[in-house]
Amino acid sequence: MKKLLAMALAAAMSLSLAACGGGDTPPAASSKPAGSNPPAASSTPAPADNGDFKVGAIYITSQNDVAGYTFQHHNGITTAMKDIGLDPAKQLLIVDNVAENYDDVCKAIDTLANQGANVIFGISFGYIDAMNDKAEEYPDICFSHGTGYMANETNFNNYFGRIYQARYLAGIAAGMKSVETGNNSIGYVAAYNTEYAETCSGINAFALGAQSANPDAAVYVKKINTWGDENLERQAAQALVDTYNCGVVSQHCDSAQPQLVAAENNVFGCGYNSDMTEQAPTAHITAAIWHWNVYYQTAIEAAMACEGDASKFVEKMGGNAYYAGLKEGFVDASPVNEAVAAPNTVAVMDAVRELIKSGEWDVFTGVKLSYNIADGKVEIVKTDAPLMDNQGSEIVPAGGPSVDDGVIKGSMNYNVQGVQEG
Amino acid sequence: MNDPINVLTLFLFNIVLVNIPLLYGTVGEIVVEKSGSLDLGVEGTMAVGAIFGYLAGCAANSIAVGLLVSFLTAGLCGLLFAALTVSLQANQNVTGLTITTFGLGLYFFVGKGMGERWPAMTSASSLVNGYAALEIPGLSKLPVIGKALFSHNFLVYLGIGIAVLVWLYLNCTKTGLRLRAVGENPGAADSVGVNTLLYKYAHLILGSGIMGLGGFYMALYMSGSFEGSNCWINGYGWIAIALVIFANWSPVLAILGTLVFGFFNTLQIYAGPLAGAFPGALGWLNAIPPQLYKALPFLITAIVLVASSVRKRESSGQPAALGLNYFREER
Repeated sequence: MKKLLAMALAAAMSLSLAACGGGDTPPAASSKPAGSNPPAASSTPAPADNGDFKVGAIYITSQNDVAGYTFQHHNGITTAMKDIGLDPAKQLLIVDNVAENYDDVCKAIDTLANQGANVIFGISFGYIDAMNDKAEEYPDICFSHGTGYMANETNFNNYFGRIYQARYLAGIAAGMKSVETGNNSIGYVAAYNTEYAETCSGINAFALGAQSANPDAAVYVKKINTWGDENLERQAAQALVDTYNCGVVSQHCDSAQPQLVAAENNVFGCGYNSDMTEQAPTAHITAAIWHWNVYYQTAIEAAMACEGDASKFVEKMGGNAYYAGLKEGFVDASPVNEAVAAPNTVAVMDAVRELIKSGEWDVFTGVKLSYNIADGKVEIVKTDAPLMDNQGSEIVPAGGPSVDDGVIKGSMNYNVQGVQEG
Repeated sequence: MNDPINVLTLFLFNIVLVNIPLLYGTVGEIVVEKSGSLDLGVEGTMAVGAIFGYLAGCAANSIAVGLLVSFLTAGLCGLLFAALTVSLQANQNVTGLTITTFGLGLYFFVGKGMGERWPAMTSASSLVNGYAALEIPGLSKLPVIGKALFSHNFLVYLGIGIAVLVWLYLNCTKTGLRLRAVGENPGAADSVGVNTLLYKYAHLILGSGIMGLGGFYMALYMSGSFEGSNCWINGYGWIAIALVIFANWSPVLAILGTLVFGFFNTLQIYAGPLAGAFPGALGWLNAIPPQLYKALPFLITAIVLVASSVRKRESSGQPAALGLNYFREER
């Protein structure tokens, strides 16, 4: 009797599965007619036409976070979807708390694929191999991997930003503050240093920015060897203030603890990831921040423009590695807290921002910047000087071009002159 | 670079400042365990005490209210544990883990629920002033240890005071003796007229309350900044459970244990400055992978565990009936 029941149940299950499968085809078919009038749809996307489009996302921590890395991405994706006219409540599929473990990521991708995702974003570096393999397995889905370096020529790209450009701007603010206070020691709480190009390129750019405003600036780095530990971030910031007498504290970590420590010690700081002036109004000058929605909007629009043929994704994105910066508005320095910043900080940052946006100059080159300020007008002085690491080796000769993007994204493993880890 | 003595002083100062919450957690857990209950909910209990103590302290602008509320709310976690394990005979390990999950969940639920209304510590002058360093006259002028040991906020001294008081209570009072009897052999204690039920309830509440004070300390240490990705307690509750074993269930040894664990915790941050200040003697610190500092305290605990299992039963402070539910009818 039990066996009979089980068989009946199994039969019912398979029938319902078939029904589901059948149900899948009509929307796919109906989306084609909808996509047959693309000129109108692509310029001003009407919600009705986008109703079937599903965005999938894989997060390293919870979608309910109120701060931090996943929060920034989730915020970026939902903002981009709303701007395009998609409804995140119905059209965003999420698998969150996915560890950087091959099998877990594959399972998450299978889940999203079964739910009908048209594009899948993986936000964490360690998802790289799984996304690479699954992009082949699901050629009908667009895959997009944050902070990675793998891609193919059809449906799989990677994306990251020139946050070092924003760090350079924050460095200018820190350097100008150090000139004002007469204290050349600048601290930097880092998750890691030369272990990752992401972290050491940020430290280097910040240091170069600080040196452009104050040639005597020394940047002391204290790394905590984890991406997130508010307690250690506080201890590290306090140690920088105590042992190196740092007058400005910057950070590559999520929490505002280093800025709070700066405020408690009556020194100053530059934050990261979000404008931390709210948490530390008496200390925080400016923060290097991401506008992730800029990328997600570009990518979702490209995926929608594929009209069901995911193999066009890379072509629509204009290449399989998206690496945008100040120019595209992907990264920036948050509004300067003028109550705290040194005079003319905004003017200098604006001038350098325009210079970087124009593409004439970039951070890791053989040309150093300095500034002449008269009556609030800023003149940028360019000087040919080699880019040196802190072991005395020359990275770029005087007047030389920028190091490769590949170095900044992937192989940079040194600190520039003036940076000391302690 | 500043002078070596200053770096050494700062290192010692931070060992105390950053790690005293461990002492509260450990002493609280010792009180609980001496009554025969193994409460694995320290992390959650501290989180509950931290967030409610902080919010109440800010609302009333009073550090005393903060301390009281953190003690009471954490005590409620102890009451819950007691109701489940003492009265309802639930498994203690599972109940403790439940308390941790529940406490951390409540922490994030309340914190996120507050949203924009979350109070900044700077808005409560009483908390800021209450947490400010108190220099003990005379002693704080001593070189090195003056700053390292006698220039702390009053919660540091309170923690040490509680540890000593609990030691006196356990070893020099009649109720302390009865409490130990309940933990060693509740049946025997019951047979001579000790109210085991009352003892277990009272000490679960008292011990959990002490843990809650440690949570409140942590809230003030972190400047009351709720950011929602880590909990303030940050694993200290788990280390406290290990420290109980390390301290052989003695509150006074727990002070030593806290400093030993704290030594390695703070060394993670201070290895660089120490190596810079004493290049000859301590330069090798730079060569040690920092992950080792995180592992070392637990390695030491493992060694202590082995050592304590080798030595004679009489010298171990572990209550014989630890973790066993007492059911009167089975006596």
